[in-house]
Amino acid sequence: MGQLLTFLILLGLGYVVGGRRNAKHLQRLDVRERNLQSLTTTNGRIIPGATLTQPTLVRGGVVISVDYFKRIAAGIRTIFGGRLRAYESLMERGRREAILRMREAAKAEGADAVINVRLETTRIANGRGDKQVAGIEVFAYGTAVRTT
Amino acid sequence: MLLSNIETIPGREVQEILGVVSGSTVRAKHIGRDIMAGFKNIVGGELQGYTELLQEARSEAVERMKKEASDLGADAVVNVRFSTSSIAQGAAELFAYGTAVRLS
Repeated sequence: MGQLLTFLILLGLGYVVGGRRNAKHLQRLDVRERNLQSLTTTNGRIIPGATLTQPTLVRGGVVISVDYFKRIAAGIRTIFGGRLRAYESLMERGRREAILRMREAAKAEGADAVINVRLETTRIANGRGDKQVAGIEVFAYGTAVRTT
Repeated sequence: MLLSNIETIPGREVQEILGVVSGSTVRAKHIGRDIMAGFKNIVGGELQGYTELLQEARSEAVERMKKEASDLGADAVVNVRFSTSSIAQGAAELFAYGTAVRLS
């Protein structure tokens, strides 16, 4: 009985708090992306029509996890297969956050553009022998340059 | 020491390739960070402790790579790549590598 109660409390907490945090994060990402619109970002090596100077390596990373409710919901979903929306939104948040941090680092360097952007994702396990995913790390890196 | 993850240093010319340089570090998370992460696993969101841990570790890997390059007399490291592998439960290796070059 006690166990069931704890489970339900965690589930509820995950649903309410986690859902709100998820929505807030996506909102913040939108705002920050709008502020950085002028910073050209590409995963190619050239910016057509521009001469590039003063390269620096810039990085951005984030470790992010899903809430309890989404983890349980996704667990149930894996029985039937199909789209795991909970994890899709986790990956989206992670990627956007990592790319933003990298671009913000470039902006702080006084760069005009980031070229050759690369992304890397790593799964971080919960602990010894635990198969559950604690979180994922998304890491973005690229070369910040000035354009003339 | 200039770093870039493309083959060249824009605005400069590569005179000589000195070889591949690398730097790595293996890190484990500590218990305090695990407890916070446990809580975050309920409400979701960023696990700041882990973010910082990996960031520090990666900076150290880069520093080691730069040191190896400067020992070779390089001015820059081009084509820098990162790689992460979890080698045991709770431990990860952060690895950075690139080509040390001398610029003219």
